Order: sequence, then structure tokens, then C-alpha cells
Amino acid sequence: MIRYILKRLVLMIPVLVGVIFIIFTINYISPGDPLVDILGIEASAEQRAAKAHELGLDQPYLVQLGNYIWGIFTRLDFGTSYRTNRPVRDEVLERFPTTLLLTSLITCLSVPCGLTFGIVTAVFQNSILDYVVTFIALAGASMPQFWLALMLMLVFALTLGWFPAIGFDTPRHWVLPTIACGMLPISTLTRNVRSSMLEVIRQDYIRTARAKGLGELKIIFKHALRNALIPIITVIGFQVTSAMAGAIVAEQIFSIPGMGALLISSIKSKNYPSIQGNILWMGLMASIINLIVDLAYAYIDPRIKAQFTRRKAKATKKTAEAKAV
Amino acid sequence: MANENLIEIKNLVTHYITDDGVVEAVNGINLSIKKGESLGLVGETGAGKTTTALSILRLVPDPPGKIISGEIIYNGEDLLKKPIKEMRKIRGGQISMIFQDPMTALNPILTVGEQIAEVVRQHNDVTRAESHQRAVEMLEMVGIQGERAHEYPHQFSGGMKQRVVIAIALACNPHFLIADEPTTALDVTIQAQVLEMISELQKKLGTSMMLITHDLGVVAETCEQVAVMYAGEIVEYGTLEHIFNHTSHPYTEGLFGSIPSLDKSVTRLKPIKGLMPDPSNLPSGCSFHPRCEYATDLCAERCPVDTEIEPGHIVRCLKFEDGRHGEW
Repeated sequence: MIRYILKRLVLMIPVLVGVIFIIFTINYISPGDPLVDILGIEASAEQRAAKAHELGLDQPYLVQLGNYIWGIFTRLDFGTSYRTNRPVRDEVLERFPTTLLLTSLITCLSVPCGLTFGIVTAVFQNSILDYVVTFIALAGASMPQFWLALMLMLVFALTLGWFPAIGFDTPRHWVLPTIACGMLPISTLTRNVRSSMLEVIRQDYIRTARAKGLGELKIIFKHALRNALIPIITVIGFQVTSAMAGAIVAEQIFSIPGMGALLISSIKSKNYPSIQGNILWMGLMASIINLIVDLAYAYIDPRIKAQFTRRKAKATKKTAEAKAV
Repeated sequence: MANENLIEIKNLVTHYITDDGVVEAVNGINLSIKKGESLGLVGETGAGKTTTALSILRLVPDPPGKIISGEIIYNGEDLLKKPIKEMRKIRGGQISMIFQDPMTALNPILTVGEQIAEVVRQHNDVTRAESHQRAVEMLEMVGIQGERAHEYPHQFSGGMKQRVVIAIALACNPHFLIADEPTTALDVTIQAQVLEMISELQKKLGTSMMLITHDLGVVAETCEQVAVMYAGEIVEYGTLEHIFNHTSHPYTEGLFGSIPSLDKSVTRLKPIKGLMPDPSNLPSGCSFHPRCEYATDLCAERCPVDTEIEPGHIVRCLKFEDGRHGEW
């Protein structure tokens, strides 16, 4: 298992290099000039040339890309922000805890809610309860996030005054953004869990469990849910990744100083190193979440776990053979 | 006491009510099984054999399945009237079932040991360790090494899985065992082994059994009583001797005509012409009449009733009604 994790971690490197390549190239070929933002519109041609030389923007594309990648892998240097002249690494790491907190809150809200609603609607299929919850889930999935965020703000911050409208300092500040961002994942999860549970409940082994005389709770939680979770884990992993990236909208609306806010302002001002650093960090997080998802599969499904151990067995056999030779 | 019926099914009717119409799977069957006896339930695919079995355990998927009427008397009590809580005590404990398809009948994410131990814990007051001990014993009883208890279903072959399913069914020493085509999914070589094992265990534990199959050979080897089912009805019912040597119903005759015989030399087998009728659209009168070579106009109009042509040998065919004894 550890061998597998190490292998996956090593495999992340080419993925991240790919991310760097794509985002760097998009930045390079996209129209607009960061020098205008840095020096202002009235700067002279000499000033611009000097600044471009200082930032390395006058060099050929491949040299720039090579230098960037070289800096990352040798010095963990993600470049310097054009705007603040501080290392991008520090800026991203400063903002990341806020985004991580928001993502965790969204996940902690949406996973239990989504699972509960999904199980309830599946178990009481075609009941009033099922219809009501399914309707709410559909509504939640159809509502644009920014609109929901604004409505929540209007009702709970401006009219009722229960929660502050902007900022992210105290737990009271966390409530509205979490609900605004959690609605879509709850709805998606509810519908996925429902269909997955309905699929599993029809399986023969559930009938076997019934024929053993087990009670409904045991059948649902021990036999059905664990099987239904296998496809759901993928959905949860995807939700966490998109919550991390998708908090951008909420961060803008609620003025949360997270990575999303930083990324938006970087894009606006053509702050290339900052954009690249943010995207790369998100890519890294997404890769790690995917790895966790794959490991969770193995934990739940013994058939997948068997593949890991088989691979390991094969590998030990190979080394043994190599030694024998 | 020896002659007392362990289970008695009276006029059982089970239908599947769907948007496209009512599927009449089981239409008024009567059966009884004595203690320690085995009954073979024979018929083509779709004759309602499995639905009958599921009805006994009240496991017919609802919706769309519904037990419309009838009684299932077990130990003097009607199972169909029991509250679900008491039904759960009977399922797996007193009446258990071996399912048809071993590939899908086991939960893929639980060890086979746990799947056996679970039913033991459900019906006996034992600790977790004791139940696992019992699971290992059961595995060994069905011919699987005890140390494989911690393995998962995907690590077993089809035949081995079927053995595990049998171990689950027998773990609580049931009084009544329903074996739903226990050998259909298996190789011929394994089939014989599994059947022999079931019979042996059944004798050892004194269990009554209902063996569902479409294989008359299997019935001849394992059962004392035979019920032939067609389109949700039992068309002929009697002892092995009655069915095999005094074959009376045209459908049973057809079944024998479609299997090769060792002592008669025929160049071609004689299958029953036509297909099983659609259970959502059964023919009028006797449901076998469109395929029956003896059918008359009367057969399309009148539903035959059970006629006892000799003690214990019941036939549902107009040919035998009103003292006709099979002659028109």
C-alpha cells in the first residue's frame, strides 16, 4: 500500500508539469501586457524595456518556461508577484488556510446532509418525503451560486441581521458562505446517493440479507450503504475539488480573503506568476484529493484492495527473481 | 407426528402489478411438505417456481409483487399473517433459502466468514467470536478450508460461492430449506457434488426441503415428492413413483418427451411445441391447451380443477375429470 502511495506521489510530478505547461502557455499567448498594469499607461518605451528585461519577459518562450520549471523544482520558487514583489509561494500559502477552511466547512455540511437525504429518499422511494426532498434537491442544483449567495446575504445579513454579510473572521462569518456553496454539493450528492442506493437495494445480495432475517437498519447500513458508497466517493472527491476552486464566486461576494479572491485579482492585473502559482497549487490539491479518493476505494472495496496487494506480490516476486539471477 | 405437514401452502396467488398489466406469476397453488421430506418443484423458466419460494419467505419484491390471497401454514401458523418482526425470526433461522445465482447472491464487500457469522448472530445468542467459529465450521462442512473465512466472495470460484451460499442457508439448522436451482449456475461435475452435499446435510440435520429445478434427473435423485408447475399452477403432483411411472398430465408427458432416455432408442427428442404463455396474458381455460396435443374445444373454455387419480397423485387436467381417467 505504501509502495502504491509513493508511486502515485511520483506520478503527480508529470501531471503538475503538464499543468504548468498549459497555464504558462495560455498566459504567454493571451493578449494584453502585464507591463501596462505594473508601470501604468504613461510609461516610456525605455522604462518598459528595462522592466521587461528585469522580469525576464524579453526572453524566448521556451527559455522563460524552462526557467520557471527549473526554479520550482530546484528552489521551490514559484516566481515573484508583479504587484506586491513578494514570493508567490508565500502569498498562496497565506491565503490557502482560508480556502481550506471554507472547503472543509462545505464538505462537512454537504457530505452528511447529502448522504442522509439520499438514503432517506431511496429507502422511502416514491413517498411524499421522497418527492419533497427530491424537489428541494433539484431546486438547489438549479440555483446559481452567486444568486443564492446574494439572497442569503439580503435575508440573513441585511434584513434579519443574524449573520455578518462580509468577511471571514469568526464562526459567525462562516455560516452564509458555507450554506451558499454547500447547496449545490448537497443537491448533487443527494441525487447521486439516491440513485446509487436504489441500484444497490435491488441487488441479489440484499435479498440474501433479507432472507437471513436481518433488520432493515442493518440491511441499509451494513449491506447497502457500503456498496452504494463506491461510486459516491468519486462524486465526493469531485465536490471537494470543485469546492476548492469554485469558492471563487463566494469569496468574491462575501469578500473572503482566500485563494479565489487572489486568483481573480491576479488574472485582472495579468500577474502571471501569481496566476500560475495559484493554479498549480489547486492542481496539486486536486491530485492529492484524487489520491485520497483512490485510497478510500481500496478501503471500502476489497476487490480494488486486492489489485494493490496483487501488484505488490508481483513486484516482490520480480525482485526475488532478480536476486536469484 | 411423522405424517404431520411441516409446511402447507393453500391456494397461494402471487401477482406482479406493473404499469403494463398484471403478471399472474402464481395462480392458486396447493402444496404440502412433511417433516424431513423433500419436494421437487419442476417447471420451465417463468413457471412461477421462484415466486412461490419467495412468497413463502415473504420476500417477493414489493412493489411490484403482491401476495393476493392464500395461506402458508408453517407449524400451524399462517406466515402471511405474521407481523414482519416475527417473520424476520423465521427467515434464515427456521426457513432458509439457497439462491439461484451464487455470483450475485453474496455481498462483495464482506468476508464470507462474516456473511455466515451474521446469520448465526441474528438467530442465536452468541458472541462475535463464537459466531465466527461457527462460520468456520460451516465452511468446513461444505468443503471449504476454514482459513478462507476471511476472504471475500471475488476470491472464490462459482462452485465455491454456491457452497458459501449453502453454508449461510444451513448455518442455523433450519427446519425447512428452499433450494432455488442450486446447481443451475454450476458445471456438471460440480452439480453432482453440490446436490449430494445438500442431500447429505439435509439428512444429517433432518431438514425438509423444497428443491426448485427444471431438471427431472436431479429430482429423481433427491426428492420423494414432485410437483410439476406450469404457468403459475401445479398441474401434476405426487410421489416420485406417480410422476415418473404413472405420468398423467400432458405437460409432464411433454417434459419427459424432451429429455433423452437410456432405454428407448429414439432418433429425435420430442420437445413441447410452442412457448410458455406470457403470464400477463394467460390463455383462457386450461393455460396449457394451446400447446397440448390432446386439447379439445372444452379445454379453451373450462379451467380444470385438481383431481386425485390415485391416493396422493393429483392432476389438474380436464382429461381426468368426471371419472374419465385420461380417455376422452
